[in-house]
Amino acid sequence: MIRSVIELRTTAEDHRIAQLTAAAIGLALIDAAIPLPLPGVKPGLANIVTLIVLARYGWGTAAWVSGLRVIAGGLLLGQFLSPGFFMSLTGAAFSLIVLGGAVRLPKRWFGPVSWSILAAFAHIGGQVLLARLWLIPHNGLFYLVPFFAAAALAFGIINGLIATRLLDERAAQSLPPDNRVR
Amino acid sequence: MRWLALIRPGDWLVAALGTVACVASVPLAWQSGAADKAVVRLHGEIFAELDLSRNRRIEVRGPLGVTTIAVDKRRVRVVSDPGEHQYCVRQGWLERAGEIAICAPNQVSVQIAGGKEPYDSLSY
Repeated sequence: MIRSVIELRTTAEDHRIAQLTAAAIGLALIDAAIPLPLPGVKPGLANIVTLIVLARYGWGTAAWVSGLRVIAGGLLLGQFLSPGFFMSLTGAAFSLIVLGGAVRLPKRWFGPVSWSILAAFAHIGGQVLLARLWLIPHNGLFYLVPFFAAAALAFGIINGLIATRLLDERAAQSLPPDNRVR
Repeated sequence: MRWLALIRPGDWLVAALGTVACVASVPLAWQSGAADKAVVRLHGEIFAELDLSRNRRIEVRGPLGVTTIAVDKRRVRVVSDPGEHQYCVRQGWLERAGEIAICAPNQVSVQIAGGKEPYDSLSY
């Protein structure tokens, strides 16, 4: 009998993505546990991780962390491939597209707070679109849009502030230069 | 104050634009739904379009006399009709898109428009 050994070669980048994704999954679980009055409104705490990753490691890593978090979060919450899963997948995809543009804004003027607000609006926009096309094909859904927009703005600002603060604190501690992107 | 220091000038701009978007979404989202209306026809031609969000009462003068139509709480009904059988009056309140009350003798009809109508037309 020939023993075959399957060896997965992982890079430092893989480890980093895995660690950050784990943090994001933890926040996603907390997110799901917070009760909120309106279905569809969530703080989106895991996006804080996405913002930090985006600022420090770039869009590619952020996309990995965000995508893995959606899949693993879906598995852990038991909603993998359910409508809720596709809602979060759509939200994450729309946010990432907008974040890809937002990081190109001049850094002196626009920080993670801007990214966060823009991404939150993209997130809920994509979700409303998917819900209207697929889950609730009725215009009555649009009655809720003002509430969704207000929640996106509020949580966008809050998450952006938290991300900015964490980034500043990390920057204040001396980091090895290879981790510094700014 | 420590938190405010984290906000860059452009962030204020984005937050302001976000606020504008929120405020603008209110009439946009809430008007499209409120566009539901009742269409009153006389001789098959549109006589009046009643906004269902506003309670009111109108009188339509047909060949036999006056048919009275009332809107109340997003519903509409024929209050009185000179017709013999009173079918359209007895039909009561109409509230779903596509529902129709026809006062055939007086050639008046009222139908709820808006949304998707479940059928194009009915014939007996």
